[in-house]
Amino acid sequence: MKTRYTYGGDEHVYVEVDDEMSLDAFFIALSLSKLVREADIPGVTEICPANASFEVRFDPDVIAPDEMMTRIKELEGEAQAQEKRLDTRIIEIPVFYEDPWTHETLMRFRERHQDPSGTDLDYAARINGYDSAAAFIEAHHSQPWFVSMVGFVSGLPFLYQLVERDKQLEVPKYLRPRTDTPKLTVGYGGCFSCIYSVRGAGGYQMFGITPMPIFDPEQKISYLKDFMVFFRPGDIVKWKPIDRAEYDVISQQVEEGSYTPKIAEVAFDLDAFNKDMTGFNAKLMEALNDA
Amino acid sequence: MTLEIVKPGLATTVQDLGRPGYFHLGIPEGGAMDRLALTAANMLVGNEDGAACLEAVFMGPEVKFGADMTVAVTGAELPVMLDGAPRDTWTSFRVKAGQVLSFGFLKEGARIYIAVSGGIDTPPALGSRSTYAIGALGGFEGRPVAAGDVIPVGKAMEGSDGRSVPQALRRRPGKPAVLRVLPGLYWHRLTEKSQNAFFDDDWTVAPEADRMGYRFRGGQQMEFVAREQPFGAGSDPSNIVDGCYSYGSIQVPGGLEPIVLHRDAVSGGGYFTLGAVISADMDLIGQLQPNAPVKFERVDMDQALSARKVRKETIEQIRQALL
Repeated sequence: MKTRYTYGGDEHVYVEVDDEMSLDAFFIALSLSKLVREADIPGVTEICPANASFEVRFDPDVIAPDEMMTRIKELEGEAQAQEKRLDTRIIEIPVFYEDPWTHETLMRFRERHQDPSGTDLDYAARINGYDSAAAFIEAHHSQPWFVSMVGFVSGLPFLYQLVERDKQLEVPKYLRPRTDTPKLTVGYGGCFSCIYSVRGAGGYQMFGITPMPIFDPEQKISYLKDFMVFFRPGDIVKWKPIDRAEYDVISQQVEEGSYTPKIAEVAFDLDAFNKDMTGFNAKLMEALNDA
Repeated sequence: MTLEIVKPGLATTVQDLGRPGYFHLGIPEGGAMDRLALTAANMLVGNEDGAACLEAVFMGPEVKFGADMTVAVTGAELPVMLDGAPRDTWTSFRVKAGQVLSFGFLKEGARIYIAVSGGIDTPPALGSRSTYAIGALGGFEGRPVAAGDVIPVGKAMEGSDGRSVPQALRRRPGKPAVLRVLPGLYWHRLTEKSQNAFFDDDWTVAPEADRMGYRFRGGQQMEFVAREQPFGAGSDPSNIVDGCYSYGSIQVPGGLEPIVLHRDAVSGGGYFTLGAVISADMDLIGQLQPNAPVKFERVDMDQALSARKVRKETIEQIRQALL
């Protein structure tokens, strides 16, 4: 792991903690971005943490670009030394896999896909060595996920599965991005899952859809009244497979304002997780089931 | 006070100078694509620099005024008419309640800014009136305006007629448009041959050009430095582990067509970026039509900062000229 510093034009410093994804790189990037925030450096206008990198936007009329970069570099040692631990929450997200809406969309954009003869799930199952889409779906929802980035558009979470690297699912993005993706599609690209917060373009494979909105600019949805974006980096997610009937019930509850996501407060400690992933995840699930 | 949209144009939105501070959640700063033109339009009608205006692209709307006010149209060049009588661009003029503003065909540039004294007064969202249509946020009901919309306008002092921005201060892209680029970010992913070709090749604006980003085509396929792809990046050599994107950053999916992210940028993604268009030249992109010829010019940080200073001075010169 070697941190790389570079400029994005005259208004951004880009810091890549590592060129490959790992939770270690995520924690260092998050810690360093938080230290930059706490340092309250005049001229800084945006601090955006990502999976294994982060970016600082600044006004070069207030602070010179080289000085900005130096100030960040000075904080790196402290970030590397910080404990990789977060007080966070685990959230259950219902997913209707193989739903009719993403199916219609993936058929519409078949010529942009690696395998025009099947579905995104069939393809993902095959290239990851699963016998069936059902077995692949099981692997997708059996263990929890970690929100390692929020972005792309309107509060979209990128999620990294909390399993050993050799068990992680990996799929390429579409050969050419689609111009349409249904709102609340559960997608997959590289080693990341995501939820498309709004309808629009996208390049991730499409596996299913959730009835639970995660972005509401009007802030009318009961659990989005305080802020229009649901996710923040460090959130933990457990997918819960549901069928069409449950999907319709939850959609109705969301509409009526009676739906409350199932959430439990938990702590995530990377060392403890690395020592015993199965045991650590079991404890996370216990906390969620007690909620 | 209000104004009514009689005909909406193609994609006319309320814009100001944007909402920085939420990009870490995927909500871009948005705001006028051509900020110098929006600022000048506001100065002409006596508003604060960042008051909200209408931004129209490729085609003007038709607007009926609900009260007397002062109006200015800046940015692209096209015939401006008040009740059918010509008015000059980059020049303030008074309108009476009931009069109708309309436009002829676009002659040069891509986006016009219509400022009214008092400014467009839709409710701010996250500190800005800018329309972010993808997120249904801000502006008029979070969307481009439609026929029949009645848009609120703020109260103002009576503005003055016939103030005009001198020709020399109306900044426009040349032919070809030259966009200055600071190499950086994932520049090292390209071979030296492709690095040079990016600046040597002739590009044109592709049809996919909007507030999120401008796509360019016509250059050579780019070649990447060979490597084993890092875990989590995806298998294409143009893929990276999804990271942040910056305004002006240039991504090249598959090494084929560069995309420059603009005001409604996506905040991150999994394609390498070769550097960024400098802040001083972002306004110019907003005035490019599809098929416009473009050259990318390599600059260093000192040149980028001098260009930024020149742009700022231009805005101050406009302010002085209108005093």
